[in-house]
Amino acid sequence: MATVVAVIASTHHPFYYRASTATGEDRPPFADEWTRKILAFRETLTRANPDVLVMVGSDHFHQLWLDNMPQFLVGKAPFYDANWYNEEREFGLPRMLLTGQEDLSAHILRAGLDAGFDLAFSNELRIDHSITCPIVTLRPEADLPIVPIYTNIFAPPLPQPKRFVQLGQAIREIVEQWPSHLRVAIIGTGHLSLELGGPRQFGPHGPDPEFDRRAVEWIATGDLDGCLREVTLDSLHAPGNATHGFMDFMLMMGVAGAGAKADHVDTLDLFHTMEAYFTWYPNGAPA
Amino acid sequence: MSRYLLNKFLYTVDRDPELVERYRSEPRELVAWWEAERANAVLNCHTGEASTWLRFDEAEREALATHDHVKLFELGAHPFLTLTLFIAMFERDNTEPLEYQKYYGARLAHFALPYPDIAT
Repeated sequence: MATVVAVIASTHHPFYYRASTATGEDRPPFADEWTRKILAFRETLTRANPDVLVMVGSDHFHQLWLDNMPQFLVGKAPFYDANWYNEEREFGLPRMLLTGQEDLSAHILRAGLDAGFDLAFSNELRIDHSITCPIVTLRPEADLPIVPIYTNIFAPPLPQPKRFVQLGQAIREIVEQWPSHLRVAIIGTGHLSLELGGPRQFGPHGPDPEFDRRAVEWIATGDLDGCLREVTLDSLHAPGNATHGFMDFMLMMGVAGAGAKADHVDTLDLFHTMEAYFTWYPNGAPA
Repeated sequence: MSRYLLNKFLYTVDRDPELVERYRSEPRELVAWWEAERANAVLNCHTGEASTWLRFDEAEREALATHDHVKLFELGAHPFLTLTLFIAMFERDNTEPLEYQKYYGARLAHFALPYPDIAT
């Protein structure tokens, strides 16, 4: 059976690519520290030596739209083009082409449906920065086949937080039951407190530093009970109007497992939002 | 009132560089053209089929025609769609980093929780 060699959760900040590649006067003052943290984070994936990446993210109204909106969708395609015109325009993100791992996509779809998750699928999916940001930060060679999984954290009505956790737990089990010798890393990105298009956007810190502190604690210690007790669809409005993206972190806590302490925890307090990076090694840290 | 149609306008204009420029320079004309020609297009469908019932109400039409992002927020347009398109139109006029983004947020300062509902 396949081995889950790393579980990784992080924020997906679309400004990282431009900040980290900028030079001279264009280079922002926080770029060096940010890059240093990302290189350390990248090493946690490199050390796990994965063959395949399962990538959890959320389409930002690029391919998925309100006339036909899935709650959870698995890509099943031989290739995935990536990044969109408006991401090129606003963030300077490059166009990319990633290879798909169709056997694992098919396995996740079949086993997920049989486990009670009515997963949508896509055979032609152009992915966006929720998945390409972690490629840029963790595997810039973009040389490993992927299975993209999209969640709806964006267009209400949304699934309940516990459903994200349950799906994460199911993904972990399903990947471990994949009849393959390959080494799989499961990577997902979301947000801590975040405001976009509202009065609290682009402040000197994230809109709710106290929420961020508690969220990092929940994730780092695998405190699913504490997190589920306090986080509801309604409560997530308070830390910022885009904070429902935190449910993708909750999904990744489900993948990592209740009580699983992260082996790597790092944060960076930026203007606008707090960055956070977590890695778990289910089989112990690689030598 | 149709939050869906507001969002459809923001979504379809944002993804077309030519429409972004037309909306920046001639918003009222662009909104009228879009409502007449594009509002009822079923996206991702062949052009032989269309919806028949989608139209703005007066407040929605006027908010779009006047680039009134504060009113769009009040009407429940999806904040991510509005922000993305307005950054595309107006960030270019910045004289310092994030100038427009901060101005945009400051104009919404009178909104307190709960914000207007964005469910469609």
